[in-house]
Amino acid sequence: MAEYDFDTEGVKKTFTFMNRKAPYGTVYALEVLETVLISAAFEQHANIVFADDGVYQLKAGHDTAGIGMKNFSPTFGIIEMEKEDADEDEDIDMVWRIIVEKESMEARGLTEDDFKVDVEVLSAAELADIVDASDCVISG
Amino acid sequence: MKFGILINEGPFTHQASDTAYHFTKAALEKGHEVPRVFFYYDGVNNANKLSEPQADDRNLVKLWGELAAEKDVDLVVCVAAGMRRGIKDENLADGFRISGLGQLVEAGMGCDRLMMFGD
Amino acid sequence: MLHTVNKSPFERNSLDTCLRLAKKGSAILLIEDGVIGAVKGTVESAKLEGAVGNHPVFVLGPDLKARGLSEDQVIDGIKVVDYAGFVDLAEEHGAHNAWL
Repeated sequence: MAEYDFDTEGVKKTFTFMNRKAPYGTVYALEVLETVLISAAFEQHANIVFADDGVYQLKAGHDTAGIGMKNFSPTFGIIEMEKEDADEDEDIDMVWRIIVEKESMEARGLTEDDFKVDVEVLSAAELADIVDASDCVISG
Repeated sequence: MKFGILINEGPFTHQASDTAYHFTKAALEKGHEVPRVFFYYDGVNNANKLSEPQADDRNLVKLWGELAAEKDVDLVVCVAAGMRRGIKDENLADGFRISGLGQLVEAGMGCDRLMMFGD
Repeated sequence: MLHTVNKSPFERNSLDTCLRLAKKGSAILLIEDGVIGAVKGTVESAKLEGAVGNHPVFVLGPDLKARGLSEDQVIDGIKVVDYAGFVDLAEEHGAHNAWL
């Protein structure tokens, strides 16, 4: 079939990427991150959210040598850099937030210091409002 | 209304592709547009022309291809996810095309709703 | 926002997380194995019995029937819809949030 010709000139939406799964047991974590990075090319706003076991994706110190899988946690460093570039450059209209749900973090005995990148820690109630206001939700 | 559809799982193992198919048909019957269906993660397996379900069972690969032909729906298989799972031009079913992840973001931007079906 | 939950509360925590993160007033639709959460008289029923006061809650009829469940087994206040109804909910309630 022919490629559909979308008119997306000037469109600016907020995508929420909802990450709820631990890393490596399934591939969802990695493939959502690939979508996050592509959304930067389109300069779309993004809430990159970690809830439930998704908080373990951000945990520092992944060592995958023993399981023979690619360690994808360096991707978070790239995401953090994209976010910082967007925050600092007035010519880029792209707001990215890296958010951890407080209840999920605490239920697992984790703190902000356990994570590889700087995050915003929000309560479920605060996060509910942010997610509700987004235009598209992609879950991993 | 324009609905974009994202399918994360292959046919048979999960109900995701079935649910997405029935939703898509219902949306089209109501006069909505479904400009693009994007197949990601194991969803790329919906495009495998070598799939051969039992004769008395639904054939989602064919059903999607027929819907694409009848209703001009753009069925897109993610190239990276496809490569990982062995979905390439040589085994791509009728009605599907392979392209990049940007096509998903574009569908999210250009549609009124992006509906996701997964496990 | 239209939240869908496709897994049974006996299998996964998706319904719990949905109820925790769904803004009050947003719509919830149970589909696929998620319809099990909509059934009366189970140890998990209280979750959606509590939710109907805060959200319009729906369940996909064809998925109930497929699993041998009837509409009169559905928690009071949860409305049964078909695929056309699913489309209407998506049109009416805004962005889709699939809890998997």
